[in-house]
Amino acid sequence: MAHSAVSAGTLDTAAGVRIAGLSVVRNKTTVLQDLNLTVPAGRITGLLGPSGSGKTTLMRAIVGVQRLSAGTVTVLGQPAGHPALRHEVGYVTQAPSVYRDLSVEDNVRYFGAMHGRGRTEARQAIDAVGLADLAGRRAADLSGGQFSRVSLACALVSEPVLLILDEPTVGLDPVLRADLWQRFAALAAAGTTLIISSHVMEEASHCDSLLLLREGRLLAQLTPEELRQRGGSADLELAFLQLIRAGMAAEKGGVR
Amino acid sequence: MNPGRMVATTERVLRQLRSDPRSIALILVVPSVLLTVVYFLFENETLPPGVPRTFDRIGLMMLAIFPFFVMFLVTSITMLRERISGTLERLLTTPIAKADLLFGYGLAFSLMAALQSLVAIAVAYWIFGLDIQGSAGWVVLTAVVNAVLGVALGLLCSAFARTEFQAVQFMPVVVVPQILLCGLFVARDQMNGVLEAISNVFPLSYSVDALQEIAGNTEPTGAMWNDLAVVIGFVLAVMVLASLTLRRRSG
Repeated sequence: MAHSAVSAGTLDTAAGVRIAGLSVVRNKTTVLQDLNLTVPAGRITGLLGPSGSGKTTLMRAIVGVQRLSAGTVTVLGQPAGHPALRHEVGYVTQAPSVYRDLSVEDNVRYFGAMHGRGRTEARQAIDAVGLADLAGRRAADLSGGQFSRVSLACALVSEPVLLILDEPTVGLDPVLRADLWQRFAALAAAGTTLIISSHVMEEASHCDSLLLLREGRLLAQLTPEELRQRGGSADLELAFLQLIRAGMAAEKGGVR
Repeated sequence: MNPGRMVATTERVLRQLRSDPRSIALILVVPSVLLTVVYFLFENETLPPGVPRTFDRIGLMMLAIFPFFVMFLVTSITMLRERISGTLERLLTTPIAKADLLFGYGLAFSLMAALQSLVAIAVAYWIFGLDIQGSAGWVVLTAVVNAVLGVALGLLCSAFARTEFQAVQFMPVVVVPQILLCGLFVARDQMNGVLEAISNVFPLSYSVDALQEIAGNTEPTGAMWNDLAVVIGFVLAVMVLASLTLRRRSG
């Protein structure tokens, strides 16, 4: 099938992500409520908020695996989940989704094969996450941090235009974390659009743009610098807390 | 469909299997051991001249039943793991077609089934002198079709289990009734009307009928082809149902 021809014809790789009026209701609980936002192409967008704020659901909606209750999600000019997007969107779930009974290399080769990538690209992806020495090791025998990096390599191997990472740095030591953020910056510089969630606010400083979520609503979309100013603190964590408190006070005042 | 993605899936499933020697033993060794047990069960039977040995009847049927239940078990657990580990959802965000995935699984386990039946048939023929009219090649074919039947049902049933324990619970529900009614214990035309009617809708019954055709005739018969066609039709229908359980989008 001429998949590549289809994707080249219909996708606008410079378009990023546009979300309008997005709501997701699951089991009668509103998980996301009337989100409107855009994610710029070729940048790192950080998705931040307390756990339960809807970060994962928003990412799933962008990948196109989440059933929507209302609104639209447009990715690279196509509705999220469009078949042509499957070639260009990489998604790394929070819980690493790889085959525990396969070696690191076999895992990456298999997901690479879904995109027509071969041994060379697999090696590069494994190198990129610092697992070259463990390529022959069974995934199940790795430590937690190594295991989650296998999952990341399985997404990198396809060299996606849009890379969506759900808490990719959880459980990693500071050196590795710094390495990965450098890697993400290099990807963005090469034109990849990255959406990265985290609940560690100090990581927000690595992002070009931040989406702050709270209880399924978009609190603000701003740069780290703007967050420091609006929150009145150089410490991003304190600044975010300040913003949340201000929001809660406004709600109490009936402004909503 | 894309042959590259399908073959990559087949290769991946076989690699997963290779890392688990116990499952390989279950597939390749256990059937021959059970066949040996059946042989010695009937070792001392006294038969009037001209009547075939019970082993020739039951041993042959078991060659069709093994791949069915073993592949059902192995597939339903493997696919369930794929569903609960998140790899299935991840895979469905890639360009893979559902057919690539399902047929990739089918191909992997058919290859294992072919190996399994080669081993079991070799044991049946050369060690225990299995004596049937038809050629062993048709027995292998029937065994492989049966394995694919087990794979298809396993893929489907895995959708209705949340844990491996629940997956195994489908054995007595889906597999055992088919074995009871397929003609192994009582010939199907000697069952009461209700049981015979039920056995008529079970696919395994048709494989066993096909084997009996092979046992009784030196050349493949029209009835054998009919029986195999019924089983293959059933496999395709179950595969379609299984593909409906693979959803790219969920709540």
